[in-house]
Amino acid sequence: MKTLNLEKAGWLFMRFSGALLIVLIFTHLGVNLLSDGGVKAIDFAFVAGKLANPFWQVFDTLLLWLALIHGANGMRTVINDYATKAGVRKVLLGALGVSTAMLIIMGTLVIYTLDPCPAGTPADLLPSFCPVA
Amino acid sequence: MTTAKSPAAQNRIAGTLYRGHEGMWSWVLHRITGIAIYFFLLVHVLDTALVRISPELYNAVMASYKTPVMGLGELGLVAAIVFHAFNGLRVILVDMSAWGARHQKGMFYGVLALWLITMLAFAPRHLAHVFGA
Repeated sequence: MKTLNLEKAGWLFMRFSGALLIVLIFTHLGVNLLSDGGVKAIDFAFVAGKLANPFWQVFDTLLLWLALIHGANGMRTVINDYATKAGVRKVLLGALGVSTAMLIIMGTLVIYTLDPCPAGTPADLLPSFCPVA
Repeated sequence: MTTAKSPAAQNRIAGTLYRGHEGMWSWVLHRITGIAIYFFLLVHVLDTALVRISPELYNAVMASYKTPVMGLGELGLVAAIVFHAFNGLRVILVDMSAWGARHQKGMFYGVLALWLITMLAFAPRHLAHVFGA
């Protein structure tokens, strides 16, 4: 069979994205939870400081897209396993597709449109590179 | 196959081809951790998107992640992620290597060992961040 097999493509995607997600998520957890201060150091200044760096923009975009598609495809399998009524299954799969697309679009917009130094914010809430107002 | 077994013995979960053994627990835990991680991911994309609204709002919501109860929740989340990651590698090896299927049982214990080592490394530092002065 030479035609594109969507189920096989999904099966392969889970394995390749899964392997890549291990690297991405372990790095994400290491930088955010194991660096000095851990979870208590995460605030606007920390996130905006990271997202001002093109490396973390690309890193977080990859993480966002791969994690959401990998997670949604896994949930698709779960829904297909347990939702035995056709109507219920359709509604759940529809909600899954819509919510996944919305989160991917919104998350990508946040990564590339974030202003790390919004006007009118006290300097102690902002990354250290912001000009002092 | 004999007919000598009592119905109770026949219905016992172990002793069949698949149910009750390492492969089943690998599958069950992969599914439970996957679903849990997925729902955290939905919340996590939304809470991170708050950086786009205001630094004060983001910091206020992030404060809830720094409480003792949520700190323990984060430990559970990381435990789920680490299991899903290592067991996912096991799934990849079972599916894609010539020898993986023959060693799936042993690899499940390997997954548990790697999970334990990783958590022993992660937990003290994270808990110190959450509960430390």
